[in-house]
Amino acid sequence: MTEPFEPGVELARFCAGRSETGAVASFVGIARGERGAATALELQAYPGFTEVEIGRMADAAAQRFSLDDVLVIHRHGAIAPGEPIVMVATASAHRREAFEACDYLMDYLKSRAPFWKKEHGPQGARWVEPTARDLDDLSRWE
Amino acid sequence: MRVLLFGRLSDVAGWRERAFDPPPASLAALKALIVAEDAALGAAIGGPGVQTAVDRAIVRGDAHLAVDAEVAFLPPMSGG
Repeated sequence: MTEPFEPGVELARFCAGRSETGAVASFVGIARGERGAATALELQAYPGFTEVEIGRMADAAAQRFSLDDVLVIHRHGAIAPGEPIVMVATASAHRREAFEACDYLMDYLKSRAPFWKKEHGPQGARWVEPTARDLDDLSRWE
Repeated sequence: MRVLLFGRLSDVAGWRERAFDPPPASLAALKALIVAEDAALGAAIGGPGVQTAVDRAIVRGDAHLAVDAEVAFLPPMSGG
């Protein structure tokens, strides 16, 4: 989606009507301003490809951690500092699986999701590739 | 046949989407055409980590292209 979203509203909707779930964990990623060095973030998606790949990641997490349900919201387009970029929520019978699945999905989204990221700042614009730390985080799950 | 470029590839080429008419019959023929027209873009699409999708599925090696195929060149993905 390209429009801003309201994490609280999404989380309330995700939690509603779950009398047997027991645990919901969530994470919200927010665009950093880098103390003025980043004036805007541009995330390019490949419509029809990006959603399918993210859906695959979400299905893999649901299977691996026996989730009842999973929510992934990811924005693309121009995103201003302070705006939410990504939200993940995971529902399971017990908290451990919910926390771990949320962590796992975020590591995948941060390193493997089909987006191309451009940072705009006072020094101009540059394309960003995954950091060593993103790739290290991902290797925890292999 | 349409070609889509993502990330830094569109900056190298100066375009994001282009129709090729007449359509090349294979991925190899398309790449040869791009190399002949724009050496910088040709080198960039052959660079490390650049993947190719035909009709939104990743393809390795050569592939036949239908006349209405959509080919996308995908540089290393950054994640969100």
